Amino acid sequence: MMKEMKRPERGKSLFRFAAPQLFYPLAGALAPWFAAAAAALTIIGLWLAFFVAPTDAQQGEVYRVIFIHVPAAWMSMFVYLIMAFWSAVGLVMNTRLSFMMARALAPTGAMFCVVALVTGALWGKPTWGAYWVWDARLTSQLLLLFLYFGFMALTEAIEDPRRADKAGAIIALVGAVNVPIIYFSVKWWNTLHQGASVSLTKAPSMAATMLAGMLVMALASWAYTIAVTLWRVRPLILERERHAEWVAAELDALEGKV
Amino acid sequence: MSRTLGPFAAVLRRDLLLAWRGRADVLVTLAFFVVVVCLFPFGVGAETNQLRSIAPGVLWVAALLATLLSLHRLFAQDHADGTLEQLLLSPEPTVLWVVAKVVAHWIATGLPLVLVAPALALLFDVEQGALGVLVLSLALGTPILALLGAVGAALTLGLRGGGMLLALLVLPLFVPVLIFGAGAVDSHLSGTGADAHILLLGGGLLGALALAPVACAAALRIAVE
Amino acid sequence: MQWESWSAFWQMGGAAPFVWGSYGITALLVVGELIMVMRRRKDALRRLLRLRRAKAGGSGGRRAFEEIVE
Repeated sequence: MMKEMKRPERGKSLFRFAAPQLFYPLAGALAPWFAAAAAALTIIGLWLAFFVAPTDAQQGEVYRVIFIHVPAAWMSMFVYLIMAFWSAVGLVMNTRLSFMMARALAPTGAMFCVVALVTGALWGKPTWGAYWVWDARLTSQLLLLFLYFGFMALTEAIEDPRRADKAGAIIALVGAVNVPIIYFSVKWWNTLHQGASVSLTKAPSMAATMLAGMLVMALASWAYTIAVTLWRVRPLILERERHAEWVAAELDALEGKV
Repeated sequence: MSRTLGPFAAVLRRDLLLAWRGRADVLVTLAFFVVVVCLFPFGVGAETNQLRSIAPGVLWVAALLATLLSLHRLFAQDHADGTLEQLLLSPEPTVLWVVAKVVAHWIATGLPLVLVAPALALLFDVEQGALGVLVLSLALGTPILALLGAVGAALTLGLRGGGMLLALLVLPLFVPVLIFGAGAVDSHLSGTGADAHILLLGGGLLGALALAPVACAAALRIAVE
Repeated sequence: MQWESWSAFWQMGGAAPFVWGSYGITALLVVGELIMVMRRRKDALRRLLRLRRAKAGGSGGRRAFEEIVE
């Protein structure tokens, strides 16, 4: 409370941790816990994936790729939405930290996109007989990866950090509006041109243990994303706020340790 | 009426006049479109049936690339000579003159593509009944490309390597337009009718007209600020 | 338990390259990302510390240079 009383001019008393000064130590304290949760959940998830979930009746063992493929695909979409959310918050409330969060999220989202594409291709080869088919999901995933690339390239290319933040926020929002349109259009195109290809989502008869494994892996990727984003945003905060007094104190403590 | 249309008309007239004076640039865009389309038979072979089947896609991709190449000119000149700043400082609503600039840009670069496309389609032996659909799809689709592209052009204004960056930003956003545009001609040719595609393109144009200028105005303010 | 033996487990019903390839590439990407995050953190901190030292004690010329490099 004291902290906000001192700086009422910033007008964000409602969101205490929107102040980089308070968020920096909070992020440092939380990240290891999320990382530990991610590791634990991954171990449980892999155990479910390989030792509990039964062999798929149609696909045999290949289907076990699903336990990373589907969570990665989900995550790549969620991360984009969260990025767009932080961008909107940043543009509306003009909080620097939200822009930094959006920028810290992007590489992880792109990473999950690549994971979804690569595992999709490796799954596709034995199932469809080709590494790549122009399936609606795979194609939208590819376009999502391009949207991530665009966001990262734009924010890296602009040297003035304030302009980079806001320009990135706008392209993230434009992309978020377009993602459903892209998905719909690609699906439409796919049904016209391709005929029915094998769907990635399995029949509703999916064993409960398969679903459980997938959900645990999805939780693991959430925890991983949060941990990595917090770790990535911390140095960003220090760089941006380097003229603030608290950063000087922080650097004093780090002197000789890096 | 005239209070809102005044500045719109003024910017439109000015940009069209500038485009007319620099018409060599405009012709280059058109020539690019023609040359790219004419390259395809050399690449895929001149077999008539094959050409006929790829024609809608080729024309659309070429139109998309030609639009992309002309985009950087949308704001660059005004940014360089300070006009943009003056416009942003003026009391007129930014969205209004942004739309005027995009409309002028489309008339100068998009409209010629739409008009030339049927002639190029004949080179690919597209049946004449489909030419109307082709023109209609391009007439509805290329303004969407210009509107979306304007956002990208505003975001990359004055950046080093802005051209490639602009392509990376807007090409994924162009995909739905490409799908519905080329799809309109395809489905007309296959006999299923192009109504749905054309309606979706029209809806897309209205949506882009409502949203893109706002994003573009915000991006311009950020770029100049 | 789903597997008769460890070798059956590693063979994955004949799909070993695809299943283990997927998991292997994912692991590589995750580890790579973690390394990149750590390295970026180190680089950023080093740069900030250098900048600060230059500002505190460095000569005028040095300081100006650091400001430019920054």
